[in-house]
Order: sequence, then C-alpha cells, then structure tokens
Amino acid sequence: MYKILANEPLVPNIHLIKIEAPAIARKALPGQFAVVRVDEFGERIPLTLADWDGEEGTITVLIMQVGTSTQKLAALNAGDHILNLAGPLGLPSHLDKFGTVVCAGGCYGVGAILPVARALKGLGNKVICIIEARIKNLLYWQEKLQQVSDELIVTTGDGSSGYKGWAYDPLKEMLEKGGKIDRVFAHGCTFMMMLTSEATKPFGVKTLVALNSIMVDGTGMCGCCRVSVGGKTKFTCVDGPEFDGHEVDWELLAARRTIYLEEEIRSLTHWECQRWYKPIVKVVEV
Amino acid sequence: MPRQDPKVRGKNFKEVALGYTDEMAVREANRCIQCPKRACVEGCPVYIDIPAFILAIREGNIEEAVTILKSKNALPGICGRVCPQETQCEIVCSLAKKGAPIAIGRLERYVADWELKHGSNPGSSSSLLPSSGKRVAVIGSGPAGLTCAADLAKLGHEVTIFEALHVAGGVLTYGIPEFRLPKNIVQNEVDYVKSLGVEIRLDSVIGKLATVDELLEGGYDAVFLGTGAGLPMFLGILGENLNGIYSANEFLTRVNLMKAYLFPEYDTPIKVGRRVAVIGGGNVAMDAARCALRLGAEEVYIVYRRSRIEMPARREEVENAEEEGIIFKLLTNPKQFIGNDQGWVTAMECYEMELGEPDASGRRRPIIKPGSEFIIGVDVVVVALGTTPNPLVPSTTKGLEIAKAGTVVADEETGKTTKDRVWAGGDVVTGAATVISAMGAGKRAAASIDAFLRS
Ligand SMILES: Cc1cc2nc3c(=O)[nH]c(=O)nc-3n(C[C@H](O)[C@H](O)[C@H](O)COP(=O)(O)OP(=O)(O)OC[C@H]3O[C@@H](n4cnc5c(N)ncnc54)[C@H](O)[C@@H]3O)c2cc1C
Ligand SMILES: Cc1cc2nc3c(=O)[nH]c(=O)nc-3n(C[C@H](O)[C@H](O)[C@H](O)COP(=O)(O)OP(=O)(O)OC[C@H]3O[C@@H](n4cnc5c(N)ncnc54)[C@H](O)[C@@H]3O)c2cc1C
Ligand code: SF4
Ligand code: SF4
Ligand code: FES
Repeated sequence: MYKILANEPLVPNIHLIKIEAPAIARKALPGQFAVVRVDEFGERIPLTLADWDGEEGTITVLIMQVGTSTQKLAALNAGDHILNLAGPLGLPSHLDKFGTVVCAGGCYGVGAILPVARALKGLGNKVICIIEARIKNLLYWQEKLQQVSDELIVTTGDGSSGYKGWAYDPLKEMLEKGGKIDRVFAHGCTFMMMLTSEATKPFGVKTLVALNSIMVDGTGMCGCCRVSVGGKTKFTCVDGPEFDGHEVDWELLAARRTIYLEEEIRSLTHWECQRWYKPIVKVVEV
Repeated sequence: MPRQDPKVRGKNFKEVALGYTDEMAVREANRCIQCPKRACVEGCPVYIDIPAFILAIREGNIEEAVTILKSKNALPGICGRVCPQETQCEIVCSLAKKGAPIAIGRLERYVADWELKHGSNPGSSSSLLPSSGKRVAVIGSGPAGLTCAADLAKLGHEVTIFEALHVAGGVLTYGIPEFRLPKNIVQNEVDYVKSLGVEIRLDSVIGKLATVDELLEGGYDAVFLGTGAGLPMFLGILGENLNGIYSANEFLTRVNLMKAYLFPEYDTPIKVGRRVAVIGGGNVAMDAARCALRLGAEEVYIVYRRSRIEMPARREEVENAEEEGIIFKLLTNPKQFIGNDQGWVTAMECYEMELGEPDASGRRRPIIKPGSEFIIGVDVVVVALGTTPNPLVPSTTKGLEIAKAGTVVADEETGKTTKDRVWAGGDVVTGAATVISAMGAGKRAAASIDAFLRS
C-alpha cells in the first residue's frame, strides 16, 4: 500500500498526485515512469515521474483523466492508499550537454517534461521550453518550467494565451529562421509527438519522444507495448519509453492505442454506475 | 480421475480435474507393487520417496504421506497437477511397460489436497533452526525462488523475496490458468513460505529499484536469482504487430493475473474474437487456447509446425484440449499475418509442413512444402513460441556470465554463478523448463548458499 500525500487538481482534467514511495524516489531519473494499480480490480497503468524528492521519500505524478484508472486515481484523497506501485521503470532520458535544447510538452507531458528540462539545464544546456494547451484554462506549471529554462514559450490552440497554435509551430518557425537547435525532447499525446517529430525532420534535428503505448507489466514480460522504431520491433517499457521520433512508426502506435476503445467505454460506464448509483441504492435499501 | 464434463468446463474457469476420492486413491495405491528397484524415484527430479508415500496412502496414514512428500517437495499440490509425469516419474514406473503406470502425480495431488482440507500446519516455527544472523535476497517468487527461500528460512537465515509483479508465484500465478492450477493452491504455498518468516516484497523490480550489487552492498550476504524466462519470442514475420496479435504471456497475464475473464468487474480488458489461432504446441499454447475457448471464442485452432507426437505439452492437457473442441492444425506454420485498413488482423497465411530428418532436439525437423500456402481467417492470434530470460537483471549486474541464449551461467549442482555471492536457478538458467526442475534448482542452491553462509 502506498499512501497518497496530496491530490491537487491543476486544471480541470489534470491532477497532481504526490505519493509516499521512498525507494522509488531514491532511484528515479528523468524520463522514467511507474506502474500503478489503484485497487484490487485495477488495471496496471504507466505514469511518468513528473517530480520526486529523495530526502522526503515522495514521488509526484500528473494524471490526465481519460478513463477508469485515471478517474479512480483522481477521486482519491490525501491519506488514501493505492494498492500497487512499481518503479522506476524504463530507461532514463538520454541527457548530455548538447547546446540549445527544446523541451516540448502537451497534456500531462507539460509536467513530464519538467525533470528532463531541469536536468538539461543542470548539464549546462540552453533550454527552451514550449508548452501547449487547447485553451488558456488548461495551462499549468508555467512558473516551475520558467525556473528550469532560459526561455518559456506558451502556445494555445485558440490563441487565448501566448502564441496561437501548437508547440511545434514556434519550433518550426525557429528552425525556418535558421535558429540553431541541437536536440528536441517531446512529451505529450501521440499526435503532438508525431507532429513535433515531423516539424524537425526536414532540419535533421534529433527529436526524442516518450512513447505512450498500452502496457501491462511494464517489465518486458508481455510485449503489449511493442512499437516499431527504425523498422525494428521494440518494447516501450524496457527499450524506451524514449525513442527517436524520426524513426517511429506513428501509424502503428496510433492503431495499437485504440485496441480497447469499446472496452474502455464499457469499463468507465461500469465504474461510474458502481460509484454513483450503488451507494444510493444502498441508502434506499436501509 | 473424474473431470468436469467437456461441454460444461469449456464455459467456466473452474478446475477441470476433480481429483481422486478416498476410495479411488486407495485403489490406485494398491496397484503399486512396491518394487525394490524403486525405478520411479529415479524419474523424479527431486527424488520423492514414491513407494513410501504410496504405501502410507494404502495404510490410510495420509498424514505420514504428507510428511514424506514435503520432506522432498515443498509444493506437492502444484507438482501433482502440473508435472509432466509421463516423461518423468511415471515413464519409468515398472508397470509402465504394461501400459498402466501408477498415477503418481494424481496420488501426490490427492495427498496435498487432503492436507489442505485437514489443515495441518507444517510452518510452525518449531521446525526452524536457530537464527544464523545471515540475510539472503531472493529475486523472483516463482517455484525456484519460493523453494530456495523456504529452505533457507528453515535453515535459520533471514530471507527477503523481491518480486516485480503485484502477486507472488511467478508463472504459477500469471501463466498457468485457474482451471488447471487453482490460485488458492498457489496462494496456500506462498502463505506457507511466509509462515516460515520469509518477507515477500511485491512491486520490486530488481535492476531498477535496486541492483544486485546494491543488495550485496546493502546488507545481504547472498543473492539467489530466480527470475525465470519471461521474455516472449515472436515469429518475426510480416504483420506481427497488428491489433489482435498477442504474445501468450500477454494473453495469459491479462486473463490470470489481471482477471480479464471477469471484465468489467475487473478493469483489464481482453479481446477474444470469434476465431482464435494459437501458434505453438507446448503447455503454454494449450493454456492459451483453452482460455480463449472459455472466454467465448467459437473456433480455436492450435497451429503447430510438427506433428502430434512431437508436441511438448503434457499429454493430459492435449487430450483435455481436444475433448473441449480445440481444433488442431498440425504440420502448419504461419508465413504472414494479414490485416484490414484499421490495423486489425483478419487472416493468416500459412505453409503446410512435412517432417524431415531429426534435428539437435531429436525431433524430426519440419520443412516447408513448396507452393503449399493457404489462408486461415482469424480475429485473434496468440503467439506461444517460447520465452527467454528477461535481461533486466543480467544487464545491470557486473560480473555475471550470460550464455548466448540470454540465460545466466550457473553450476548445475550448486547453482553458483560466476559472480561472488550470487546463485541462480530455474528457467533463468535452463531456459523455459518445468516447475519441478525449477524447484530442484532452488533446493540445490539453498543447500549451497547455506554451506557458504556457514563457512
Ligand atoms: C510510459 C508512459 C508514461 C505515461 N505517463 C503518463 C502520465 O504521466 N500521465 C498521464 O495522465 N498519462 C500517462 N500515460 C498514459 C496513461 O498510462 C493512460 O492514459 C492510462 O493508462 C489510461 O488509463 P484509463 O483507465 O484512465 O483510461 P482508458 O479508458 O483505459 O484508456 C484511455 C486511453 O489510454 C490508453 N491506455 C489504456 N490503457 C493503458 C495502459 N494500460 N497503459 C498505457 N496506456 C493505456 C489507450 O490508448 C486508451 O485509448 C503514460 C503512458 C505511458 C506508456
Ligand atoms: C502458460 C505456462 C504453462 C506452463 N505449464 C507447465 C506445466 O504444466 N508443467 C510444468 O512443469 N511447467 C509448466 N510451465 C513452465 C513452468 O511454469 C516454469 O518452468 C517455471 O515456472 C519456472 O520457474 P522459475 O521460478 O524459474 O520462474 P518463474 O515462474 O518464471 O518466476 C520468475 C519470477 O521472477 C519475477 N521476476 C523476473 N524478473 C524480475 C526482476 N528483475 N525483479 C524481481 N522479480 C523478477 C517474475 O515476475 C516471476 O514472478 C508452464 C509455463 C507457462 C508460461
Ligand atoms: S514431483 Fe513430479 S516428477 Fe516427482 S513424483 Fe511428483 S509428479 Fe512425479
Ligand atoms: S515403480 Fe511404480 S510400481 Fe514400482 S514402486 Fe514405483 S510407483 Fe510403485
Ligand atoms: S508492458 Fe509488457 S512488455 Fe512492455
């Protein structure tokens, strides 16, 4: 059992969850993730380590509510426990002194990119963070990212704050103007990482993406998370999650992420019924 | 032995084989001629005193039979169910020549089930040796790890098992399905190991959370690697990453460990489809096929490139599968998978095969019949080709010699690896093998570790 120390809604669909996990906090490195199983009935889901504190013995994950497991997590309170937590998993990000680095983040990836940016800054890189959100209200963690970057560019799809567009738009503009960028890291939804990779490809700027394939164990045992990179089959959980975005077969990844769409809807409906209607029925019975 | 009716059991996950009644057990025990040569004992990898425990059954002293079994085998309830008896103890039974060997496995199971029902408590701490003050880390909670940990604890050492998954038991828990090995039996054995004072730390992926070197530096005097062979192999043919194509490990893990057969009560989903093809001929393939049937598939094929007699699966399970209506497509091997425009598998192109000269394994080698390609329509495919050791521990441990197949090199008698204070045993050393051989290796390593700790 792992104790939840805080659950803060950052924006309407993203929660910050801080969990007591001293052993994981001691070993965590940027780019790694943990596998969470909320309760006895729960699925095993991967979540990127957005922050950790080895001394305090805590890890922080950001969850975007998309289905049963993430809804269950978001509904827990400080003091509650989650049943299982395994980590740190995956290979850490490949960090070095590159020169000028762009860190692009969208959705939960805005949080996931933070430790990567912080470490890159620590290694002496010039760090430019670009974050995206559909509308202004969905932006978060600007101050935190500001602290670990030389420049922070905010983009919104509707232009309600900062640059009007998506993270890859200012990146493309910089490259077109002949700006020198030595490396790009992108964390976010599949589509965002694909577009970012496509934007940098013509300029030959190496772009590392954190793939989000469906997982079960997260230890290399099932092959559920397999992706194709450079024509070779790789397991995201042990060979990644970070891969060269120019080599990823995006179509395959997108297809494999939809395997359980029908079941996900059924599962969520089932859980919502359990959660909301059962207590009411019980009251009526009494 | 009584079994559930095939038509009924094909729709539930309850145990297929119901076990002997008291009368049946005694009748079978009476057939044993107690031969002085004791050929059967030589066939058992852990040398159970088979005639003695059978004699105890015959005399109605089941408690004595329990003691005899448990002195050599900590997990009789499991071995009685899953050992490939027809190639081990039963093949060498003196009565086998006449075609009717003693059903040693079934008798073993009968004794273990009797114990479970009558609840004797072999874990009472009185049988433990006084504390040695030494600490051992066991990595992996499969049969190798559990056996090694139990023996070391009985010898007075402080043992911690580190298990990557959220339940202990290894393949016994995530691989072998409920209808063949009920999970309460595995849990019972795990509880027994805990009752000996062994601490089991779940959710602990060694190589990530801590390395073997860190464990050795952090206060453990010795380490036993029982991490199994969990890395699934694929065919490496066109279309293998299409939606609907599973490794057997994923398919079985979703069903057994994550309880996808109870979806949506449990959150983890699984796709079953109408027509399922399982590729392979071992126990893993039989288990996957029979799970698919129980989950509601209309047609389930076993696609195997050799013929029936070369199938490595336990004979009993092949018979069970056939009785339940699994369709065997023998001498057949896939060439490629064909998908639709949404990325889902819809068909499988196969070759017909024929058997040539025997290969290194002594089995006749399958050869493609030229021009024999044909198509089988499928919605779900399960690839059950075998597994190799997971590199997480080997790749993070300095000084551990690894063989070409990815297995850890260890002495057969002692389990000692090339690294100081590190032992290994089970599938991680041999490649995918059997429960009883993993237990034997765990036992031998425990003896060697004990000798080292006392020297
Ligand atoms: C390495 C990695 C790191 C991730 N980090 C984060 C993070 O920091 N924050 C965050 O909010 N999300 C993260 N994700 C995605 C997150 O795991 C999924 O959103 C989550 O599993 C959805 O579960 P659900 O039950 O809420 O939704 P569901 O309704 O089950 O699924 C919604 C969508 O999520 C994907 N998904 C479903 N099950 C899984 C699964 N077992 N594993 C992975 N993806 C799945 C599917 O594409 C699906 O369409 C990460 C994924 C990976 C692979
Ligand atoms: C579906 C299936 C059916 C089978 N049927 C039979 C049968 O009928 N009869 C028979 O005799 N044999 C059968 N076998 C084979 C048998 O189960 C194995 O040979 C046996 O379980 C091997 O035991 P083990 O202890 O070496 O490894 P495993 O049982 O594989 O256990 C290894 C454990 O180590 C854990 N682990 C791995 N890496 C790490 C790490 N880095 N850190 C922490 N923990 C880790 C794993 O999660 C796992 O729990 C079957 C196998 C399968 C897959
Ligand atoms: S442990 Fe296995 S091989 Fe040994 S006697 Fe029992 S069933 Fe036979
Ligand atoms: S070989 Fe067969 S008949 Fe002889 S003692 Fe063993 S089990 Fe009994
Ligand atoms: S999640 Fe099972 S192998 Fe990657």
